Amino acid sequence: MSDETKIDLELDLKGLLCPLPMVKVSQNINNVPVGGVIRAVATDPGAMADIPAWAQSTGNEVLSADKEGSEFVFLVKRVK
Amino acid sequence: MDENGKKSLAMVVMSGDFDKLTGAFIIANGAAAMGMDVTMFFTFWGLRALKKNVRTGSTFFGKMVGLMYGGGIEKSHPSKFAFGGMGRWMFNKMMKNHGVQSLSEMRDLALQLGVGLYACQMSMDVMEIPQESFVDGVKDPVGVGFFLLKAQNADIQLFI
Repeated sequence: MSDETKIDLELDLKGLLCPLPMVKVSQNINNVPVGGVIRAVATDPGAMADIPAWAQSTGNEVLSADKEGSEFVFLVKRVK
Repeated sequence: MDENGKKSLAMVVMSGDFDKLTGAFIIANGAAAMGMDVTMFFTFWGLRALKKNVRTGSTFFGKMVGLMYGGGIEKSHPSKFAFGGMGRWMFNKMMKNHGVQSLSEMRDLALQLGVGLYACQMSMDVMEIPQESFVDGVKDPVGVGFFLLKAQNADIQLFI
């Protein structure tokens, strides 16, 4: 999935702790067009719960949330 | 829901403790990021969270409050392990080492995210802490009626 998805914006959230990964995604979601995708890389394990919750609350979509070694990689799609 | 159909959070911040303010601002900033309309109502000891690092008070007792409880948000002590200032130093260091923002950075972020920071007029009068001692961006003082209206329409109400 992640291989084919076009990424509109890369976000480096490494080292940031709660609630900043979620805050940064929310601050940047309007920098991609509707339907666009942010690829965000975080190191805070809490982001695995928070970013999907953020998406559910704001009506956006998490296409994937994967643990890769010590990093957590999210593909977030702007829905509206 | 507020008048724009957004979810909303209304919070009373009574505490001026470092740890409780940290929690309050993390929740507020998280909620704002999740698209909620956020109101923080600061009363009594919580007023410190809005202050610049200035001395306040006009009467003898007010000056005493200013002396004992002066300074801005960075002067707040943890509710446990205060150790006459050592605790604050230690927790600040620990939070920095783990990449957590300082309280004043969290407050800046809250303002940037559009969180409404309101002071309780009655506490300001009693503690002799004027609006001029607050950082820029703090809204004009309000009373409990204002807060209750916000709380009544809010999806989440918290007291910290």
